[in-house]
Amino acid sequence: MTPELLVKLSLLVLFLPLFSFIVLVFFGKRLSRQGDWFGTSILFITLAFSSIILYSKLTSFPEPINFNFLWVDFGNVPLLGTLKITLGLVLDNLSAIMLVVVGIVSALVHLFSIGYMHGDVRYSRYFAYLGVFTFSMFMIVLTNNFFTMYVGWELVGLSSYLLIGHWYEKKSASNAAMKAFIVNRVGDIGMFAGILILFYTFKTFGFNEIFSAIGSGKIPMESEGWLTASGILIFCGAIGKSAQFPLHVWLPDAMEGPTPVSALIHAATMVAAGVYLVARTYPIMTADTLMVIAYIGAITAFISATIAIAQNDIKKVLAYSTISQLGYMVMGLGVGAYTAGFFHLTTHAMFKAGLFLGSGSVIHAMHNALHHQKDHHTDPQDIRNMGGLGKKMKITFITFLIYTLAISGVPFTSGFLSKDEILAGTLAYGGLTGHYLIPIVGFFVAGLTAFYMFRLVILTFLGAPVDSQRLEHVHESPKTMTIPLIIFAVFSFFIFFSFNPFGASSGWFFHAIERPEAVVPIAVQAANNVTFEEALHHSHTPAMILSLIVAGIGILLAYATYKWKKINADAVAEKLNPLYKFLLNKWYFDELYDKMVIGATLSFTKILRWFDNNIIDGIVNGSAGWTKAIVFGYTDHRKNTRYSSLIFILFGTLLSILVAFFTGQWFWVQGAIGTAIIMALLSGALSFFFFWSGAGGFDKHVVDGLVNGIAYVSGFFGLIFRKFQTGRVQTYIVFVLFGVMVLFYIFR
Amino acid sequence: MSNLLTYIIFLPLVGGILIFFYNREKIRAIKVFGIAISVLTFILSLFLYFGFDAANPGIQFQHKVLWISGLNISYNVGVDGLSLLLVMLTTFLTPIALLSSWKSIEKRVKEYTIMMLFLEVGMLGVFSSLDMFLFYIFWEAMLIPMYFIIGIWGGGNRIYAAIKFFIYTMFGSLLMLIAIIWLGYYASTQPNGQFTTDLLQLYSIGPTIPLAIQSWMFLAFTLSFAIKVPLFPFHTWLPDAHVEAPTAGSVILAGVLLKMGTYGLLRFSIPLFPQATLEFMPYIAGLAVIGIIYGALVSMVQTDIKKLVAYSSVSHLGFVVLGIFALTEEGIQGAIIQMVNHGLSTGALFLIVGMIYERRHTREISEFGGLAKVMPIFSTIFMIVSLSSIGLPGLNGFIGEFLILLGAFRSPYMSQWFTIFAATGVIFAAVYLLWVYQRVIFGNITNPLNQNLLDLSKREIAVLVPVLVFIVWIGIYPNTFLKQSASTTKQIVTIATQKPLPRLVTTEQSVKPENTQGK
Repeated sequence: MTPELLVKLSLLVLFLPLFSFIVLVFFGKRLSRQGDWFGTSILFITLAFSSIILYSKLTSFPEPINFNFLWVDFGNVPLLGTLKITLGLVLDNLSAIMLVVVGIVSALVHLFSIGYMHGDVRYSRYFAYLGVFTFSMFMIVLTNNFFTMYVGWELVGLSSYLLIGHWYEKKSASNAAMKAFIVNRVGDIGMFAGILILFYTFKTFGFNEIFSAIGSGKIPMESEGWLTASGILIFCGAIGKSAQFPLHVWLPDAMEGPTPVSALIHAATMVAAGVYLVARTYPIMTADTLMVIAYIGAITAFISATIAIAQNDIKKVLAYSTISQLGYMVMGLGVGAYTAGFFHLTTHAMFKAGLFLGSGSVIHAMHNALHHQKDHHTDPQDIRNMGGLGKKMKITFITFLIYTLAISGVPFTSGFLSKDEILAGTLAYGGLTGHYLIPIVGFFVAGLTAFYMFRLVILTFLGAPVDSQRLEHVHESPKTMTIPLIIFAVFSFFIFFSFNPFGASSGWFFHAIERPEAVVPIAVQAANNVTFEEALHHSHTPAMILSLIVAGIGILLAYATYKWKKINADAVAEKLNPLYKFLLNKWYFDELYDKMVIGATLSFTKILRWFDNNIIDGIVNGSAGWTKAIVFGYTDHRKNTRYSSLIFILFGTLLSILVAFFTGQWFWVQGAIGTAIIMALLSGALSFFFFWSGAGGFDKHVVDGLVNGIAYVSGFFGLIFRKFQTGRVQTYIVFVLFGVMVLFYIFR
Repeated sequence: MSNLLTYIIFLPLVGGILIFFYNREKIRAIKVFGIAISVLTFILSLFLYFGFDAANPGIQFQHKVLWISGLNISYNVGVDGLSLLLVMLTTFLTPIALLSSWKSIEKRVKEYTIMMLFLEVGMLGVFSSLDMFLFYIFWEAMLIPMYFIIGIWGGGNRIYAAIKFFIYTMFGSLLMLIAIIWLGYYASTQPNGQFTTDLLQLYSIGPTIPLAIQSWMFLAFTLSFAIKVPLFPFHTWLPDAHVEAPTAGSVILAGVLLKMGTYGLLRFSIPLFPQATLEFMPYIAGLAVIGIIYGALVSMVQTDIKKLVAYSSVSHLGFVVLGIFALTEEGIQGAIIQMVNHGLSTGALFLIVGMIYERRHTREISEFGGLAKVMPIFSTIFMIVSLSSIGLPGLNGFIGEFLILLGAFRSPYMSQWFTIFAATGVIFAAVYLLWVYQRVIFGNITNPLNQNLLDLSKREIAVLVPVLVFIVWIGIYPNTFLKQSASTTKQIVTIATQKPLPRLVTTEQSVKPENTQGK
């Protein structure tokens, strides 16, 4: 294995899914089984390659491998020196791990979809879109510069748009797709502005080049404030893509897409791209930027966890839980627990993809059962219509339970490891900076997570079935769907990440991913690695104990409420009605944005439309009207006027030719001006004469002369042509030749 | 082949004259002949493209014949990196426009084909004239066929739109004519000077004009071009003209005619009057930014698809003007490629609108919905073209917008806020296009009239596919085209920034230390 070979392999990994997309889009319907096997096997090949890459990267190549090629060359630019846009990829441990994460989830989702999407109207199109998504996601993962990062960023947005809108016959689906695209674009513009600032300062898009330039003391506008600003602007991209407050509103709606898509894009990979972006650009983040990031993450985690409690749609609960966990990761990165944040991304990708696929399996079963009952009104996604499914769907239930344990942070799961590290990080951050609100939110949300996840499990799988007859028709899903569930469940155990179930820091992951040193000036740096590690060391044990306690409380409360019925959930909701309504309606974010942003924009655009039609166009039409009014008066007699205006035009032309002849060539210019003056005087005098003498009225003879003059020119030609409409082309030619000769004579 | 350019310009004229001899009943033969001539023109222009030396910033394929000796006016044509791509765009879009009107134009096919070919002559002439008098003749001559195309083959309110289009443009160009004459006169007042309209000579004379007079000259030229672009607030002829024009007319109008304005800015306003350019730059860039946002917002609430696309042109051309007046290489390069992009994307959008108009004879958005079901190929192409117009990476629109914003942000002459505001236009573009796409294509078919619509025919696919090829090509590897205009762009930037302004000096100073470090 050489670095070149690794680069080639990663290029293969990048472009194979694109190849799958192209084949499926153009020939998908002609392939057997609409090409599902093609897309899926390509993805498994990619997964194999990325595993090889990860393995050899970890064992043989500790240094990052860069690969560049020239894309656009501006050459030597004034004031700037040579300006080129080079594109390229980087293979370091971060990207290698991410490759495998994306590869696993994407391959398994492909497999799962074979069962889930069976018989879909646009089956091959669906697989094609999965391919283009995977391609763009790999682009984000592998890029070594902001430019291709942005390209991949937009492309995953597109694939997300296409897949959310897969069932575009539903208005809600196409609305959700559009919402996702546009809300993401808002974040992207911030990111774009950040990239512009960096490019403006450093004349390059490359991460390494930018880092080393900042390291050598060059910063935007020579101001640390701008550096912070550009960091926050870059983070705006993450706010959009990773559904952070205040742009989180698109993700719950995105659940309109097929459930495997939710697992792949809206839970495991694309939404984690924001976290990956922050991890990638970590060295340029100043202490202030990181603080903003930490708070945004904490706010997001809190808001969405509270909303998740009150939701009844199985996918909506998972969606808000995803937002909340993404908030966790972002918060982790913000407080300086870099490795923990990225670690949580990895572990979360596995169990959250599993949770979504599990919910897909449930929905699939519910859907079939309801179909069997010929019931088209009951919502197959509403957990209030479920209950007791665990008995009928053993594999789905057990795997779902494992994921839930992982997300709740129960020991021996991967989620315990990563969540614990983040919480320890927040505690350390609190101790170092005094921002204790962040760890408080962190632990509180951990408890909430355990509560709403167990609520989900209990209502769905345990307890008495809502409709026992329906339960009869519920069956376990086919193997293509259960195998991915089992694999994801296996990956939710600690053993794959660290041999010590109570601490990840000794595992391979923490060795592979180390927090990069900040390159920003010392004055604006966050606590450096040594200080942070020191603080972290002290907060580890308290964090673990605390997190175990809050998770335990959350699980207990869930059991007490929904299983043992010691607490009456409805009574509590009744008692706290305003709060319950507030949570049920998702803090009224959608309503707020509807009124404030969309409503305001639309009314503004309507004002603009009026302005355009009446003011701007009004000035144009008005000036035409005024011209008419001033010259001819208001009377508008359109008939029998053509001849008289023609006389003026003919007269003027003749005059100008005469003047040109008599004054010599040079004075042609003056001749033209002179003609214009003479004509103006003449028509003025004539109009004066006619107007005042009242002899028939001037307007009767010359109407629209100035404004519509050209119409008369054409009319004039029309008249001439009518005379010479002999039907013979030769006549025309003769006249053309004659005209040319005349002109030639004049300007000879 | 030394006179290749002349052959290219006048081949359509010859073709048009030959069509005069056709029997007007032989509609099919006339159409085929017209398309053949335009395709032949395109093929000829390929020789131009491949014979072009990208490293040479100057004029190539020049053909100069003295025309009016006393006034020193000559027939003088040539192309450089700036005009080459636009000449190619013209020869590329004309056959497409002709092919697209195969079915939609039924009356006076003979005159129509002639007009389209004459129009091409005018456009090619505008892009290759190196003599201002010649330029003016082509500029005005081109109006006449367009006037007739809108006025004869247009929609219900066509006369109003045609006259408005004509008079509005004419008004602007009269000012330009005065400025041209004045320039020629100014040249004659120079020591050993004589009256001239030779652009290349005036390039060296223009920048010596005192600023006060230069400003008037600049404004006269720029107003004329601004109307053509159209720059906010001179845009109202555009929606009317577009809505009333037949599909092919709209394609040419959006694809090529609007570019004559931005081309004029780059060819005349900036290099002839560099100091005045710097004076007025903030105002024009400001109008461009207003246009970007204004055009996008107004198009959001249109109920007629064609009008929506027309207003989106105001927004897109705003980007082009912003890039031009950034006076940086990326900005101008971006502007040039964006001119091509807009010609392709918006041209394709008009073709698409035309295709559903031919089927339903309405362009009201509310009349449609769920077309994906009955017209899958159409929907796919519509999606790609919309995404290109939205500026999705991987497709052409992104390249232009990206370079323009990059150039504008880096520009030492304008505030960075211009760029930030302009960038929001990218969001609005997504809103209006995705929204119209949703309302037309997604959902279920609610209107029974849409139930039996036919998907695109082979001819219609043939019309759109060439455009799509370039949409993807430019999006993935723009260097093919960018490199053609690179050296000319550099020259324009050098000319435009000859006279340093205070702000420019500070930038130079801040760059210097870096250079010494590099050594």
